[in-house]
Amino acid sequence: MKEFINQGNNDTRSGFGAGLLELGKSNNNIVALCADLTGSLKMNEFKNEFPERFFQIGIAEANMMGIAAGMTIGGKIPFTGTFANFSTGRVYDQIRQSIAYSNKNVKICASHAGVTLGEDGATHQILEDIGLMKMLPGMTVINTCDYNQTKAATIAIAEYKGPVYLRFGRPKVPNFTPINQDFNIGKGVKLIEGSDVTIVATGHLVWEAIDCAKKLKSEGISAELINIHTIKPLDRNIILDSVSKTNCIVSAEEHNVIGGLGESISSLLVKNNLSPMEFVGVEDSFGESGTPQELMKKYQLSSENIYLKCKKVISRK
Amino acid sequence: MQMSNLSEIVIQVRRDILRMVHEVNSGHPGGSLGCAEFMVVLYFKIMKRKKEFKMDGEGEDIFFLSNGHISPVFYSVLSRSGYFPIKEMNTFRKINSRLQGHPTTHEGLPGVRIASGSLGQGFSVAIGAAISKKLNNDPNIIYSLHGDGELQEGQNWEAIMYASANKIDNIICTIDNNNKQIDGDLKDVLDMGNLESKFTSFGWLVMNIENGNDINEVEIGLNNAKKMCFKGKPIVLILKTEMGNGVDFMMGTHKWHGVAPNDEQLELALSQNPETLKDY
Repeated sequence: MKEFINQGNNDTRSGFGAGLLELGKSNNNIVALCADLTGSLKMNEFKNEFPERFFQIGIAEANMMGIAAGMTIGGKIPFTGTFANFSTGRVYDQIRQSIAYSNKNVKICASHAGVTLGEDGATHQILEDIGLMKMLPGMTVINTCDYNQTKAATIAIAEYKGPVYLRFGRPKVPNFTPINQDFNIGKGVKLIEGSDVTIVATGHLVWEAIDCAKKLKSEGISAELINIHTIKPLDRNIILDSVSKTNCIVSAEEHNVIGGLGESISSLLVKNNLSPMEFVGVEDSFGESGTPQELMKKYQLSSENIYLKCKKVISRK
Repeated sequence: MQMSNLSEIVIQVRRDILRMVHEVNSGHPGGSLGCAEFMVVLYFKIMKRKKEFKMDGEGEDIFFLSNGHISPVFYSVLSRSGYFPIKEMNTFRKINSRLQGHPTTHEGLPGVRIASGSLGQGFSVAIGAAISKKLNNDPNIIYSLHGDGELQEGQNWEAIMYASANKIDNIICTIDNNNKQIDGDLKDVLDMGNLESKFTSFGWLVMNIENGNDINEVEIGLNNAKKMCFKGKPIVLILKTEMGNGVDFMMGTHKWHGVAPNDEQLELALSQNPETLKDY
């Protein structure tokens, strides 16, 4: 089985900050907007380097989304930065009308998604944002898994014309995907070839899924692991091809199972290749305060939980 | 353009509004009629506009309609000023039309740069476009129109605070101050208090047009506002209008905010606004 080397723990939000800085250097039309969370979003370097293209909006996310929409009209490519909760639920109508329906080239960049934001608790731990964003017609939804992938995604979405929701997180997690990788919007990445079960993971759960695949391998079970970073548009082929081989599938995400990646996959399977499926995700619940590790365990998002779901889905074949 | 011509256009715009909403028995005639003078003066006299519509609005003034429900007056003025054929007004609110109930970019109607309808978003969008103009060293102006009742939405005040703090001085935002909203008078639904002092305390330059249904006053007011651009402050123009203006039985009441006239009412309303340019 392919080995994945952790190049050193790092946070995905820092990957965003690094990507944004690089974009600032290469494209004068890139502008960045922040709602009083510059440090948390790792936008400081962009701000320092390009002060004339950085806009501190204050604690006013609705206004930030509207300003971003307006800026696109003069050809700017705005990147908004705040927590995932305030990037989606708080400003849903602003995004819906001024950005999605108006088809404006805004990049909504959202940090601190999911329970791994930790101690701040459920008011800040949005687990519904993927669902909210994927329901908007024309919205591209991306959830990255490590520093390198987040940096690459940040750079890639500037090239793509249209509204994008880019979701990443707070904690330092293993950084294992290639440095300076090509990031193809809408294309899944096959991390491990296998034949007994397909695991489709996104975001922080990709590393957990790698751990799980190792454990399964030690028991003689061959897992195929696919990293889906683009939840919408979903890479149908990579998923259907894999399931046609393994005949069962487990999805894994740091999100409510309602409205998440798993739900999109199940819809795809129902229409094309009905196979047993299990879901790793938060079971229609809010989060709570705790350390990221404690929360991953309590909300059943760990490698062990993916392992148990794999065993279960294989038994259902 | 001569004054007489502007009044002719205003009358024709009123006819267009009435005929559009009557045809589909839906839409918002009240606020549309009240803003006819403002919209005609803005598009035919004030704004620097390029003949061909381009989304980026580079090198020209840009207008945003925030209170999208008064789409009939917007569509009529856009079409009468050459953005699309006047006969297309016949498709207003019908299936497969570019003239949706509320304005949108989605169907590609020339002249529209943002969707509006869900209220309170236009200030932010106008500010964003104004910032782009500054970044692009484009010395033209952003105009916008907002309902007074619309100011009850909180997002406006986020934007109003932002604009003065950041010296966004290339915008002229106009408030259609007819003191009416769907459920009744503003003061009964949610009293807005003193709009002028609110904007002043938020750091805006406030200018007034006492009779927003007088072409001459509107033109003078807009020209005065233009002169105050680029002086470090955002500009708000409080435009006092009468909802339903130009049709005697629609004037001075909120009842025609979102109700279309029936056949008989249409005939009466049109007789008070005889055809000047050609009907669509």
